[in-house]
Amino acid sequence: MPEARSRGNDKSVPSLREEVEDFLYQEAALLDEWRLDEWLTLFTADARYVVPTTDLPEGDPKKDLVFIDDDMVRLRARVERLKSRHGHREYPWSRTRRFITNVRIKLAGQEFLVTSSFLVYRFRMGDTSPYVGWYEHRLKQVDRELKIHYKRTVLDMEALREHGAVSIIL
Amino acid sequence: MATGQSCYRDEVGLRVNLSVAVQCMRQARGILAGEIYEDENRGLNMVELKGLVIDNPKEGIFRVHRSAMTSSEILQMEQERIFNKCWLYVCHESEVENPGDYRRRNVAGRPLFFVRGSDGKVRVFWNTCTHRGALICRREAGNAEVLQCFYHAWSFNNRGDLIGVPDEAGYGAGFNRAEMGLKSPPRVDNYRGFIFVSFNPDVEDLVTYLAGARDYIDLVVDQAEEGMRMISGSNRYSIKANWKLLVENSLDGYHVKPTHKTYFEYVTSLGIKTGAVQTAFGRPARALGNGHAVEEHEGVRGRPIARWSPLFGEETKEEIARIRARLVEKFGEQRTRLMADVSRNLLVYPNLIIIDSIDITVRIFWPITPELMEVTAWQLAPQEEKGELLARRLDNFLTFHGPGGFATPDDVEAIESCQAGYKAEGVEWSELSRGMHREAIAEDELQLRAFWRQWYGYMLGLGKVDTKDPLVRERQPVAS
Repeated sequence: MPEARSRGNDKSVPSLREEVEDFLYQEAALLDEWRLDEWLTLFTADARYVVPTTDLPEGDPKKDLVFIDDDMVRLRARVERLKSRHGHREYPWSRTRRFITNVRIKLAGQEFLVTSSFLVYRFRMGDTSPYVGWYEHRLKQVDRELKIHYKRTVLDMEALREHGAVSIIL
Repeated sequence: MATGQSCYRDEVGLRVNLSVAVQCMRQARGILAGEIYEDENRGLNMVELKGLVIDNPKEGIFRVHRSAMTSSEILQMEQERIFNKCWLYVCHESEVENPGDYRRRNVAGRPLFFVRGSDGKVRVFWNTCTHRGALICRREAGNAEVLQCFYHAWSFNNRGDLIGVPDEAGYGAGFNRAEMGLKSPPRVDNYRGFIFVSFNPDVEDLVTYLAGARDYIDLVVDQAEEGMRMISGSNRYSIKANWKLLVENSLDGYHVKPTHKTYFEYVTSLGIKTGAVQTAFGRPARALGNGHAVEEHEGVRGRPIARWSPLFGEETKEEIARIRARLVEKFGEQRTRLMADVSRNLLVYPNLIIIDSIDITVRIFWPITPELMEVTAWQLAPQEEKGELLARRLDNFLTFHGPGGFATPDDVEAIESCQAGYKAEGVEWSELSRGMHREAIAEDELQLRAFWRQWYGYMLGLGKVDTKDPLVRERQPVAS
């Protein structure tokens, strides 16, 4: 079970909310700064990263077409690709800025089910493309640290009109 | 530069049928291919189409003037001479599985929807009320026995008949409700589940139009025992490039190795040998008539139908072997190898791409401006395919294809980069002569030339033209 948190006046112990929000902000910072290898360490070894298509936000990768359905092998390969000068859509890297709000936390068995809203701006080659949507993070405590066991990025846009691709990590 | 009104609503072959005198005048004024000039007799802006494609087989030269990718006048002419003339892909019949299922879709900028009527028949309608024009289907998809226009509540059944008009007594004797049903494009036809429309009432029948592309559609559809279905979930994205560049890219075997290096690195990291591709089938590139074209190659990866790969897991081995045996029994060894071992990228002219490789991608794209297109891509799978094999198919798709894949984003980047490069203007021509002197292979540009020759033929009002490289023998199809 996740550890019980102090709800008292002890300001030195962060609340669960503070800890989860800090975790999300730290993830966003690593991605904005293209520190992708460090970002990978936020995941458990059996983690999954899923981005459904814009027309089927509830899409199930086992039977529906999605944009991304990565286990850690493919996620590592994705990071390698993004670091390569042959990953042309992101060479040179785009500039990004991630905004995360509306964080809600639920306890779900051994995990924290965290949902949040995001706005990710991507700038490159004179183009501005905003990705808007919400995250589902399933976080687990491993050795007293939060880790991502499952991350789903659900897009609100009707299509990738300005974006052309999901070439960055969302 | 002329300032007259842009207008191409004119007889087909406008430019080629100009009188000799006018042509001489043009030559005297030195008007060049792709140049916009004012026709002094008519006060119209014209674009010089003649000379936009240089096709000189003797010298081995094939070039396309880059204004074909940047000119809005040319896009306007394409709309009339290509998209208003050809058969255009709309949907797969499996997308409306049950009676009453409907789905809306834009085709060449025109709002349509398709619906399976209570009688089981799939119909395609203009998505506009016959009363005052509002969209009938405003949801992306749904199921309805009655489709009601929200504006004045006219109601149509799912076969298109007008069945309800509020206060119908307000109309006089000239109002005939039977004539006011939903309207369909002039021609609608279905080839083995693929539904096409044409806005040209005089277009030849669909099977004749498909010409040599037909056999390649058969190769896809025959893979299924119970027919094909479109998997739910589609890729919808835009590319800031001319639509013809995605035709080129989709058929171009030459770019695959250099552009998709990271994909092959990933595949190699999974333990798949990418260097030792068998070449028994020879990798032909072929012009299939009417601008249709194909390039074929042998893939390095497994396919649910029907080539097992260790990555699919031992548990799928038996099922794939069973599927393969069924294909051999039905179609023979040679055609089975063609279906299961050979991959192909097929163009059904002008803008339907079927990529039958590690998965079956169906891709369509429409120009919005000369420098912007909207793309939609789907995944096709046999009706009977479920569970692990379907999951493998979808997984195969995600590794290469789609906006989040390891390859498609770089294709997007490549053709956007071409479009950006055209702004330089200092280089007027694109070079497409690769393999013109030999029996062309998938890495050559014969298949691109086939597309461009038909494009040029339609734009000049010549109708169907011979799209083959004239001086060399074409590689024989693998089948037969």
